[in-house]
Amino acid sequence: MLDISHISKTFNPGTVNEKKALTDLTLHLDPGEFATIIGSNGAGKSTLFNAICGSFLTDEGSIKLGGADITFMPEYRRARSIGRLYQDPMRGSAPGMTIEENLALAAGSGGWFSHMTAKDRARFRDQLALLDMGLEDRMKQPVGLLSGGQRQALTLLMATVNPPKLLLLDEHTAALDPGTAEKVLKVTREVVERHRITTLMVTHNMHQALELGNRTLMMAAGRIVLDVSGAERAGMTVDDLLSRFRAGTGKALDNDRILLS
Amino acid sequence: MLTVAQTALELGLVYSLTVLALFLSYSMLNVCDLSTDGCFTLGAAVGAVVAVAGHPGLSLLAAMGVGALSGFVTALLQTKMGINSLLAGIIVNTGLYSVNMAVLGGSPNINMNKTTTVFTAVKGLLADTPLAPFYDIIVGGIAAALVIVILTLFLNTRLGLAIRATGDNPDMVRSSSINPAFTTTVGLCVANAFTGLSGCLLGQMQKSMDVNIGQGVVTIALASLLIGSTVLGRGGIALRAVGMVVGAFIFRLVYGVALRLDMPAFMLKLVSSVIVVLALAIPYLKSQWPVVRRRLTAGREAR
Repeated sequence: MLDISHISKTFNPGTVNEKKALTDLTLHLDPGEFATIIGSNGAGKSTLFNAICGSFLTDEGSIKLGGADITFMPEYRRARSIGRLYQDPMRGSAPGMTIEENLALAAGSGGWFSHMTAKDRARFRDQLALLDMGLEDRMKQPVGLLSGGQRQALTLLMATVNPPKLLLLDEHTAALDPGTAEKVLKVTREVVERHRITTLMVTHNMHQALELGNRTLMMAAGRIVLDVSGAERAGMTVDDLLSRFRAGTGKALDNDRILLS
Repeated sequence: MLTVAQTALELGLVYSLTVLALFLSYSMLNVCDLSTDGCFTLGAAVGAVVAVAGHPGLSLLAAMGVGALSGFVTALLQTKMGINSLLAGIIVNTGLYSVNMAVLGGSPNINMNKTTTVFTAVKGLLADTPLAPFYDIIVGGIAAALVIVILTLFLNTRLGLAIRATGDNPDMVRSSSINPAFTTTVGLCVANAFTGLSGCLLGQMQKSMDVNIGQGVVTIALASLLIGSTVLGRGGIALRAVGMVVGAFIFRLVYGVALRLDMPAFMLKLVSSVIVVLALAIPYLKSQWPVVRRRLTAGREAR
């Protein structure tokens, strides 16, 4: 589904601030695959997501999604087939618009001049009910009134109301309290399974990295240094993961949040 | 007093179209469109020239067309040429002065005393009915009602939702499948079409049009918008749009009463500036007040 081949990106080349963010990175994801990504701060996890979404063009290499070459496609056109959630729950929805208006915008059925129909509303209602947060009874309320967890769940729904080819989750539960984070994760798992969406998820939680999905990637210095799946992954513990990381990079993992969680 | 109210309603309705334009560009799209003054004059100038040529109906469409074109240029400057949105508006506004003079054929004003305008046409239709004295209000009312209906329908389409999201959360739009350059352009075109229509109607109602007709309109409209959102700020789009018209009326009413109390007419612009400053500053000052109070009480306790 996703084919990234040999992409590189250097920020501020030729200056003292030069930063090699991605180095000859290659990654292939099969349809329906759900991979988690862990790595130190500055390893290039978010840069990888930005490259896939088209926030910048890569210096080298190509990116294919669902067979189509998207290397030079502008960001807003890629967004049609890529759903993305950020750590900041405020980022993915418009606070001054109602829940149903946000969903209508994300669903985007019909042309530019189409109105929300009763059928659309019924569909949104059903999908909101699946979140089990009572949002289905608040569809006329502005999104600004929701809590962070509710907003993140809504953003997830908006990103998947038309199942995308690829879903990118960038530590989307990190800013939520543990209970809410658990709930949003549960919803994430259900939504991804229901639509069999190919998913990449950045997390700082090692247990999550091994538990969720069916493949775990570890990044360091703009490269993928560890890629485990199948039986090997099933038998892995967090300690195994840490020692494999040291073996792969010659360094210990220097992410406080990872070590503390 | 009744004449004061009637004049306020006439002017309020015609100016409310500009307020509705700012409702779209300022409140929805979050762009402060400073080309409004020039665009208002442009609509008035083109409308007057077309009406004098004998096409009162066509003059309205022409005014909206050139208004949209002016909005398109403003949008182009900020979305495709990287010019700051405020600056883009000021640049277009300055340039439009020359355009307006050119439209007027080099003379600074046009007289429409003997011209058939939409107002005189409606006056003719209403002759010998009890509604005859209110033809100005009827034309303005129909225009405002139409614009409210069109704007409400438009803002609830998918395109309208996209425009609102562009103003509400640019971060979200940038990473979604909406092209913010496109939504900004459409929003400014539609808004400026209404501004142009507003100018056209004012010129025809006053039966004369001067190249300075639009000076300060953006502040006056902003003042009306802020009054309107205080009166009817919550609720659906339709209600808020009606609030814009109410705001324009209240502004004109207060101004009319002040004129009756011997305030000189040239004070209009200062009054509108003060209203805008108060409306924008009060919420900020309110939010600062607890800090100020805490400092004052802390100082007292220390002593």
